[in-house]
Amino acid sequence: MTYGLVDYADVQGLVRFGYGRMTSASYALVRVKDVAAAKAWLRAAPVTNAIEKRPPPTTALQIAFTAPGLAQLGLPPSVMEGFSREFRTGMSKDYRTRLLGDVGRNAPEGWDWGGPGSEPHLLVMFFAEPEHFDSFVQSTKGNTWSDAFEEVISLGTSNLDGDEPFGFADGISQPDIDWDEQRQTPCKQLDYTNIVALGEFLLGYRNEYGKITDRPLLDPDATNAELLPAVDTPEKKDLARNGTYLVMRQLEQDVQRFWNFLYERAGGNLAEAAQLGAKIVGRTRAGDPLVPIQTEPIAGTDPRTVKQNQFTYEADPAGARCPFGAHIRRANPRNSDFPERRIGALRKLIIILGFGPKGFYDDLISSVRFHRILRRGREYGSELSPEQALQSASPNEPRGLHFICLNANISRQFEFLQSAWIANTKFSGVTGESDPLLGNRESISGCPVTNNFTIPGDGALRKRVHDLPQFLTVRGGAYFFLPSLRALRYFARA
Amino acid sequence: MTPQGNFMILAPIVPSREAELRGLLDSMNEAPGRVNPNNPLVPFAQFDTLHFARFVILDDKNVGDLRFYGLPVRNYPLYLAFLGDIDGEEEAFLNELVRRASDGLRAIFSCCHGFASDTDLMAWMNLLRSPASAAYVNTRGRTVRRIREEAALQDAIESKLASEAPSFEGRPPREIHAQLKRFVEAEKSAGRLTLSGDEATPLGWTIKKMLHLIGMPLLLLLASPLLILIAPFYLFQLRRLEKTDPEPYIVVDDDHFETLAKAEDHDVTNPYSALGTLKPGLLRLVTLRGVLLVIDYATRHIIKPGRLGRVRTIHFARWVMIGGTERLSFFSNYDGGNESYMDDFINKLGFGLNIFTSNGIGYPRTDWLLRGGSADERRFKEFQRRHTVLTQVWYKAYPGLTAVDLERNTRIRRGLESSLISEQEAREWLALL
Repeated sequence: MTYGLVDYADVQGLVRFGYGRMTSASYALVRVKDVAAAKAWLRAAPVTNAIEKRPPPTTALQIAFTAPGLAQLGLPPSVMEGFSREFRTGMSKDYRTRLLGDVGRNAPEGWDWGGPGSEPHLLVMFFAEPEHFDSFVQSTKGNTWSDAFEEVISLGTSNLDGDEPFGFADGISQPDIDWDEQRQTPCKQLDYTNIVALGEFLLGYRNEYGKITDRPLLDPDATNAELLPAVDTPEKKDLARNGTYLVMRQLEQDVQRFWNFLYERAGGNLAEAAQLGAKIVGRTRAGDPLVPIQTEPIAGTDPRTVKQNQFTYEADPAGARCPFGAHIRRANPRNSDFPERRIGALRKLIIILGFGPKGFYDDLISSVRFHRILRRGREYGSELSPEQALQSASPNEPRGLHFICLNANISRQFEFLQSAWIANTKFSGVTGESDPLLGNRESISGCPVTNNFTIPGDGALRKRVHDLPQFLTVRGGAYFFLPSLRALRYFARA
Repeated sequence: MTPQGNFMILAPIVPSREAELRGLLDSMNEAPGRVNPNNPLVPFAQFDTLHFARFVILDDKNVGDLRFYGLPVRNYPLYLAFLGDIDGEEEAFLNELVRRASDGLRAIFSCCHGFASDTDLMAWMNLLRSPASAAYVNTRGRTVRRIREEAALQDAIESKLASEAPSFEGRPPREIHAQLKRFVEAEKSAGRLTLSGDEATPLGWTIKKMLHLIGMPLLLLLASPLLILIAPFYLFQLRRLEKTDPEPYIVVDDDHFETLAKAEDHDVTNPYSALGTLKPGLLRLVTLRGVLLVIDYATRHIIKPGRLGRVRTIHFARWVMIGGTERLSFFSNYDGGNESYMDDFINKLGFGLNIFTSNGIGYPRTDWLLRGGSADERRFKEFQRRHTVLTQVWYKAYPGLTAVDLERNTRIRRGLESSLISEQEAREWLALL
């Protein structure tokens, strides 16, 4: 057991904080115009670290790079090879789009940014309290910004007071990072816990398998003297230590279509429309889960969110309270390594050998702890209440979510979650439906229908909602590397 | 019950004809990973006892790994494997193949050694049959016909419930069960649904299975004095090898990864074809042979339908030694993407993977054959991807259906066929719809 491993001064603050108090934010997606000018700008950039400050800061700057961006800054291919394949080949790679559900209207060819020919090099994220925002952006960009970069797009955000554009409370559940690496890994977990190994969110540390995820290691030389040594190979420099991967997707939400659909299906009753919406999301609009809160604490649950997070689906095995296909049940099934808890070695062996639970819906989902992500996204567009959405006169301006998540292994975390759980038309024994909020409704081989949503009944026939329209369209996306401050200086060295 | 069988033809390719063969195989696809089920060479869709089939060129990109043991690279012939999972006997199916796809198969096999224009196709295939050392069948007795009938049943019930939702709403489970039972009976009478009864189990198969069931433990018992005597030496040597075997970590190259990925995820099910070289020495070969005997015994007599350990996503799987005793191949048909397949294996069935794959060169280090190994997630995933070979042509008789779908449909049918159903059973049955 080791304590105080992480040098917070070296980690970008976004890994530790969501900067909730800084309600203004914008994301500049840029390409490098002039390498020397870009490097000079990067060297001077006041990137915010993860040290907790009192009083809290009022502004923050974070910077992440795509693989073409790092190449543009001169990172040699031999070093690039050490980064993960997903990062190197990018989100819009052809075979990947099928996996992620980025087909049909979601296809990268139609994206505003990140698609073929419009891949950004850098993501520069500005956060500030509203009164400081404009001056912060201006002063941070300085005089050299436009010499150094050309903007692919600049994305604004909006503050919807904790709701996402459809009007449901968002960002309630986040994993609790085991910063001090106090929990032993690997171990078989029989209980769902919200504590996740540091190495799942920060490169260079042990992950849930007790291993250190692959990343570029360098032979020491004069240029990389400042970099930290690798924990598992101390003779090498660890370029990625204290860094992580950042996944960004611009998800446009059709709020009018969403509420009109619910309203119509609820027979013109807004309260019932909200109930159907709650089944689709898995929480009420206020954010309360559809299954009861348990008395037994769940390790790593933020004491402030116990009322909304201290639950699993163990007491709802048939999905009668929270449908199997509900968005939050897909995104975090809250299960553990075994389908049963408090079991002895013999029972464990029986389960491992396949003589355990016999029910159709038993033990269908992978253990969630290997598939957690840290969400850091923000909404954009103006607020549109359900009532407003139902008025046909209200203008349908673009609004949605700039989805951002952090993870150390894109394929096992974000991509698995997106493909095996969100986009999967066969999730948890249910067929003919993908995520009711996020799904693309495209038919797949042998399955013409993927636009259902099933609400299991408690000893009664399920209700099946047919013909869900596509509520959400992917407008852009890319994989980034969010480096440590040391690595950032390494990339930006003259 | 009609038991499932399998076939595999393994033929060395004439080097000068390889390109032509690849072209022929590609011509059976609409795009990489998407077969034309009615392609003129082998019109798979015409075979109503065929579950899965594939053509694979066993292009071993890792033969050079013997260098980690200081051994020279072996020069194996490049093989074409043609394999499938079927209902009933291999012999009968091969005959049907000859009947329906003679010209296509002749064109394909003419690119292989020893096949001339006057070769007897059936005799040739019989000669090159390459039986599996062990094979897994998700649910024995579930024929293609039954799968299709049960899928149609599920569809019919789905449409009925969709079009007459109000008449089912709020009704007690047993009443809905009875109502749907009447509906299905009527559909059957009208000839719109067929639910064929079970065929008789071939006597020869039953006898063979019984002999195997009893014979293997008997042999083990007979051999036990010897085995007990050898055990300490064996275990000592195994442990020594486990600690000293080279453990190279080679990341799969991007082009190979891309070739595989492009052909995947066109259906909810994917093919998996892998090939690797055994670690040198008698101990590893003996271990592998013993393990395959155990797997074979378990898959035949012990495991429950639908479950390979805790894994419920595999339709068929097979272990085959390739051209002697030095290389092992593994073929499977699994649901979901490769990443989730591998995660399932690591987290649910790691020991099952380790016990046979750890005898292959380059596998992550194991402890006593069962532990470790695949638990080294990154190393394992690169190892398996490196050893995966592209499946050139892959056919599945029921696109869009996962093994779990098949299980659901079977449960729906069984629930309908029982006339006496308790309240609890009716509730569980209703939850399947």
